[in-house]
Amino acid sequence: MPRIRRELYSKEICSCSIFGAMNQGGERFNAAGVMRAIANMHVRGNGLGGGFAAYGIYPHYSDYYAFHLMFTGKSMQDRLEAKAELEELLCHKFDVVYDEEIPHEDESTMIDPPLIWRYFLLPHKRGEEEALSDEEYIVSKIMQVNTKIENAYVFSSGKNMGCFKGVGYPEEIGQYFMLDRLYQAYTWTVHGRFPTNTQAWWGGAHPFSLLDTSIVHNGEISSYGTNRWYLEMYGYACTLQTDTEVIAYAADLLMRRQRLPIDIVAKILAPPIWNAIDRMNQSERKLLTTLRMVYGPLLMNGPFAIIIGQTGRMIGLTDRIRLRPLTAARRGDMFYLSSEEASIRLISPELDRVWTPNGGEPVVGELNNMRTVLQ
Amino acid sequence: MARAEEVNGSGSLDDAPASPREVEIDAADQDTRALNDRLRELLLSGVEKVVIRNVCGQRYIGTRLYTPQHLKMDIEIFGTPGNDLAAFLFGHKITVHGNAQDGVGNTMDAGEVVVHGRSGDVLGFSMRGGEIYVRDGCGYRTALHMKEYEDKRPVLVIGGTAQDFLGEYMAGGIVVLLDLEERGHQANFIGTGMHGGVIYLRGAVDGSQLGSQVGCSPVDPSDRKVLDHYITRFLERLPEVGLSREEIINSPFLRLTPKSKRPYSTLYTY
Amino acid sequence: MKSFVFPEFQIIRDEEKCGQCRGCERQCAFGTHTYDPVADRLISDETKCAGCQRCVIFCPKHAIVVRPAPSFYRPNASWSREKLDDLKKQAETGGVILTGSGNDKPFRIYWDHILLNASQVTNPSIDPLREPMELRTFLGAKPDIMDISAGDGKVEIKTEIGPNLMVETPILFSAMSYGAISYNAFGSLARAACKSGTYFNTGEGGLPKEMRQEFGRCAIVQVASGRFGIDAEYLNCAAAVEIKVGQGAKPGIGGHLPGEKVSQLVAETRMIPQGTDAISPAPHHDIYSIEDLSMLITALKEATNYEKPISVKIAAVHNFAAIASGIVRAGADIIAIDGLRGGTGAAPKAIRDNVGIPIELAISSLDRRLRGEGIRNRCSIIAAGGIRCSADVVKAIALGADAVYIGSAALIAMGCTLCQKCYTGKCNWGICTTDPRLSGRLNMDIASQRLANLISAWSHEIAEMLGGMGINALESLRGNRDHLRGVGLYEWELDVLGIKGAGE
Repeated sequence: MPRIRRELYSKEICSCSIFGAMNQGGERFNAAGVMRAIANMHVRGNGLGGGFAAYGIYPHYSDYYAFHLMFTGKSMQDRLEAKAELEELLCHKFDVVYDEEIPHEDESTMIDPPLIWRYFLLPHKRGEEEALSDEEYIVSKIMQVNTKIENAYVFSSGKNMGCFKGVGYPEEIGQYFMLDRLYQAYTWTVHGRFPTNTQAWWGGAHPFSLLDTSIVHNGEISSYGTNRWYLEMYGYACTLQTDTEVIAYAADLLMRRQRLPIDIVAKILAPPIWNAIDRMNQSERKLLTTLRMVYGPLLMNGPFAIIIGQTGRMIGLTDRIRLRPLTAARRGDMFYLSSEEASIRLISPELDRVWTPNGGEPVVGELNNMRTVLQ
Repeated sequence: MARAEEVNGSGSLDDAPASPREVEIDAADQDTRALNDRLRELLLSGVEKVVIRNVCGQRYIGTRLYTPQHLKMDIEIFGTPGNDLAAFLFGHKITVHGNAQDGVGNTMDAGEVVVHGRSGDVLGFSMRGGEIYVRDGCGYRTALHMKEYEDKRPVLVIGGTAQDFLGEYMAGGIVVLLDLEERGHQANFIGTGMHGGVIYLRGAVDGSQLGSQVGCSPVDPSDRKVLDHYITRFLERLPEVGLSREEIINSPFLRLTPKSKRPYSTLYTY
Repeated sequence: MKSFVFPEFQIIRDEEKCGQCRGCERQCAFGTHTYDPVADRLISDETKCAGCQRCVIFCPKHAIVVRPAPSFYRPNASWSREKLDDLKKQAETGGVILTGSGNDKPFRIYWDHILLNASQVTNPSIDPLREPMELRTFLGAKPDIMDISAGDGKVEIKTEIGPNLMVETPILFSAMSYGAISYNAFGSLARAACKSGTYFNTGEGGLPKEMRQEFGRCAIVQVASGRFGIDAEYLNCAAAVEIKVGQGAKPGIGGHLPGEKVSQLVAETRMIPQGTDAISPAPHHDIYSIEDLSMLITALKEATNYEKPISVKIAAVHNFAAIASGIVRAGADIIAIDGLRGGTGAAPKAIRDNVGIPIELAISSLDRRLRGEGIRNRCSIIAAGGIRCSADVVKAIALGADAVYIGSAALIAMGCTLCQKCYTGKCNWGICTTDPRLSGRLNMDIASQRLANLISAWSHEIAEMLGGMGINALESLRGNRDHLRGVGLYEWELDVLGIKGAGE
């Protein structure tokens, strides 16, 4: 009988800067502004990771799932082998309508960049798998790639959105992928990273995403071990060695699979303390007590500020005792979230409203007309 | 939901009570939980007698009928009730028209169970009060760890006989095996570990069938009095047996009692 | 027959200090000390001494020292003194050697090989004196998914959640029956549990009627193979019901309260005649298979109108994780596992010292097993057997338990010195006895205060340790092996515990 292996995962620990900008009118804009904003928080990172999530960037392929793949490995040979193995799986399990290498600038400017490719595809379900929804099917295939195919990582998989990330300062990553020239999005979220362990790798940069949900995160989750075991029961393989991944999966489980509204999800990830719950009226107390009883293992304990990106929506949330900063602001149709107010002021000196959200209370920006993106 | 029909109650139509005292329900296609939900609901609404038709395997009948105000109910069952009939029974009366399965009267506290038929294994397990009358025989491990306390003295009267391990660990109560068909008692390991209570057997038993802690003797007049009392009650409840009290009582009976209240007192040291 | 057994203890009396007050004589129920009026001095019979230290602590002049007897047989690594003495006792009596308390053999204590984490820089440690620190836990089944309907600003829960126990700190008092322990000890546990927002477990000896009204809400009542004192009122007065299948100190064997301990009050509570042996058979004779357990679980849910969580307590033995998984599927809301070092009022020494597995390994395998099968939410785990301090509690929870039971620790808080003579019924500390003269020594006000103090002290320490790890709610510690590291353990042990080595 094979011996049970102990859970020898390791987790990267990092602190960071986060920034998000959304045009609630649905007007799309390039990354030049958010690149300047995140660069303004340069000192919060250390050049070992940066990344972007962009919504609305693939209008011509908006019906297709856009997979962004990273093929790592020491030599180009390793990377091509991983790519071949992946493509064999894609060709059995999906209909790929278009694929290409993601355009980038000169590789020599970056540290060890992997081969990065994108595929636009639709699920091709067979047999028993036909019973699965498209999304369940895609998630199971992503977990399969990320755990079974060595050197291949799906790091973006939503419709009409994409993540771009790597090792470097976020503004360098933006330039590498030419985000200020090639893409127009109605929401950009950005992350600048400060990992405390020196070994940085491209897959470990933020955002983390699954389907159209992306997360950028500042902080460290002390409850990682607990969150991880809970999510693993629901088939989420935590492979990317960072606690941000568990937030992405928790958001997917609660919002997509269990269809809970964001207010409730916020109360699961960052619930009020018992003292406060005990003082509430009976129905509220029952709700909050039950939520903590059922979803206690998903409480994100320890300091965090996150920006969740989704189709048509951007959400900011901090831990319940607000150990990490987050500033929210509005100007016309623009909705901003940032670790520091200065970065917002840099690109939008005049603001209608600036505020610091309470710990555990989500701040949500939604498109005024969801149909502009859903069509 | 159970169909509840009012059965003509105690009085005439003119003075019929506002709520029926007696209700009949059909258990066909009802699961255990639903049937017991219904019984509890009826008990709480003041019903005193329930007739259940088409019982087939529903378990724990009578178990959910504890109420702080100690309400009592008579239940008449037609069909084959499932395991753990009358488990933890708290003073209710249950009559079964048919056979009962395993675990009748498990840890029963008070009340009465009458089975017009046979019963399965572990009948009267850990029972500490009330009476059970079974017309025919019963299975393995009858009256296992039956116990008594002050006025709580459980009684088990079996028209037939029992299988092995009868009265194992028995700590109190009265068991009567009548063997009315006179097939002879075949059980082995009778009274293994017995340290209280009494078993009466009509007919003979071989010493090799008894556990080493059991003493066997003929009955004396005071035993006859006890037997007379419970045989009378047995026949009142199960008249279809078709025998008279005298026919039964005027036969040889054996009394099995523990040799010691402390069967294992010398087993341990230090 | 002349006994060839050494006295276990040596008693040294300082004759200068001794005032011949005869206090030691009165304190010792074993009859160790006697007064010699002719010589006007106290004489001690060392063969009777249990080493419980009662006379030492209660000697007003501090004139007595009791220490392990220095006599020895020729040293022999294979034939220890204990082995020789036990063998001689059996040669002299032909009996099974009984003992009390938990396994005292030097099996590895994993708690002492596991170290906790603390935050440095990347994650702030939290000061529990100033900031909220939550130890509240719910024990019972939870659904995987909550069905919620939200609309018009109103949120409604559609999922029914079964009954759960709420504890304000993850420490419960383990099953100790009235009869095995004294009325005063039992009552002290009940009072302390209610005072501390936790629960006590009645064990299998019933719950005295006069305690039900006041302490029923803090009681977990047990249903064991002997079914003592069980009726519908007993079941319904409690907060939860526990089916005892096994006990860590004596897995696979039953219990036996000797007739001497079945006093009138014990008899009344157990509802058996006074002076009879109260025998708990090895198995429940209505449970010969897992489907039978399922039947008893359901019968108890029926008997309590589905209002109370049902716990099943088993001993941690070799393949217990698979069995526990079956128990969850059989409908148990809580699984209590009792490890190798769990205590007992009486057990054959051969069983106590040789059967079962350590609780630390058991918690980890059970948690992993239930997670692997996707049924971890369907039950809570209470770990028992060898929890000695607040750090053990924290480690148990990080390995996957929801809460712990403490038995020996609670008794020690009341005065127990682990002399292991519980089965004699002569406990000089008034804990493990039904002799009214002895149990009267335990003052319920004081004993319950000592217990409440213990719970409060441990809870503070747990909060400190959590704060250090940057965690402010206990649920974020559960199964969080990230915060544990092993030292001095073999690779396979780390594998079973699911933790990394220190420095890894």
